[in-house]
Amino acid sequence: MINKLWVGLIVIGSLCLLLTGKADVLNAQILSSGKATLELVMQIFPLMSLWLGIMNIARESGLLFKVSKFISPLLHKIFPEIPKNHEAFGFISSNILSNMFGLGNAATPFGLKAMESLQKLNNNKKEASRSMITFLIINTCGLCVIPTTIISLRMLYDSKDASFIAVPCLIISFISLIFGLILDRIFSRRYHK
Amino acid sequence: MTTISSMFIPIIVLVVISYGVFRKINVYDSFINGAKEGLPMTISMFFSLLAMIFGVNIFLNSGIIDYFFDFLKPILVLLHIPVEVLPIAIMRPFSGSFGLALLNDLYKVYGPDSLISVLASVIQGSSDTTIYIITLYFGTIGIKKIKYALWVGLLTDLFMVIVALVIVPLFF
Repeated sequence: MINKLWVGLIVIGSLCLLLTGKADVLNAQILSSGKATLELVMQIFPLMSLWLGIMNIARESGLLFKVSKFISPLLHKIFPEIPKNHEAFGFISSNILSNMFGLGNAATPFGLKAMESLQKLNNNKKEASRSMITFLIINTCGLCVIPTTIISLRMLYDSKDASFIAVPCLIISFISLIFGLILDRIFSRRYHK
Repeated sequence: MTTISSMFIPIIVLVVISYGVFRKINVYDSFINGAKEGLPMTISMFFSLLAMIFGVNIFLNSGIIDYFFDFLKPILVLLHIPVEVLPIAIMRPFSGSFGLALLNDLYKVYGPDSLISVLASVIQGSSDTTIYIITLYFGTIGIKKIKYALWVGLLTDLFMVIVALVIVPLFF
């Protein structure tokens, strides 16, 4: 799927550029993508290492386990395949909590650790497990209590009530999360028939 | 709201470290051991990111999206949907910074409190970069077959845009 998407993006984009005579734009993109990726990764790397360090303290001290117990009754329902008290729940709940507070940089390493521990439970290492997809759907819905970047952008333009945006965002992302989880169930049932 | 958010990180750090000391673990060694995992993780995410940024950038700069917008415009006008929010709605799954740049333009033209700006902000804020997340997370742990993940993700994004179009006008 990713394979087809990638080919599609490149072939359609390149053909469109070549046919409209903008080969220079294509050249520039080919040359600059590596640099853009490296810059992004260099920004993520130190922050991610820092959070992985903090999280390791939380894990070794047992704090992560305690935090995950808070929302674990709900998570057990959403992820029935993960054994109870598995470490994956700690990473999943930390990821969801960081996302909810608009801390994307902190959420990514938690999310990657969650995926790693889901991969340990996965029977076929090349194929996505059902829990992995469910976890990603929760992530892509962007459930967020404080959309920090948007609020600060609104403040920049002298909005009358900059943080108002958090209310409709929360309502709508919550509705779409419910929809996403239902859709995920329907698709997984059809897929495993 | 933003003060809560800016307090959140320091409080987490303080609580985690204090709890570690309280449980008598070697907090410093534990931090170093955890942070070390950052390098292999970064290296494994680099290549999947490189591939996706390469593809998305070519697609975004190809101008094909503009043709697509011209094609969709008459339908949107018929449905009384503001055309201005369309680029954000379509590009949201691909790129977060693209949406933010568009949001910046809309605020400049219509002001941050107009219906168009709020609608665009909500679309930007109620979803995440689905394609980026799927590539990053599956790429880093080496999953090749993602099954129905992309379909569910994109259909949910589409649903979110429709819900936003219905709900946001109610706030005005």
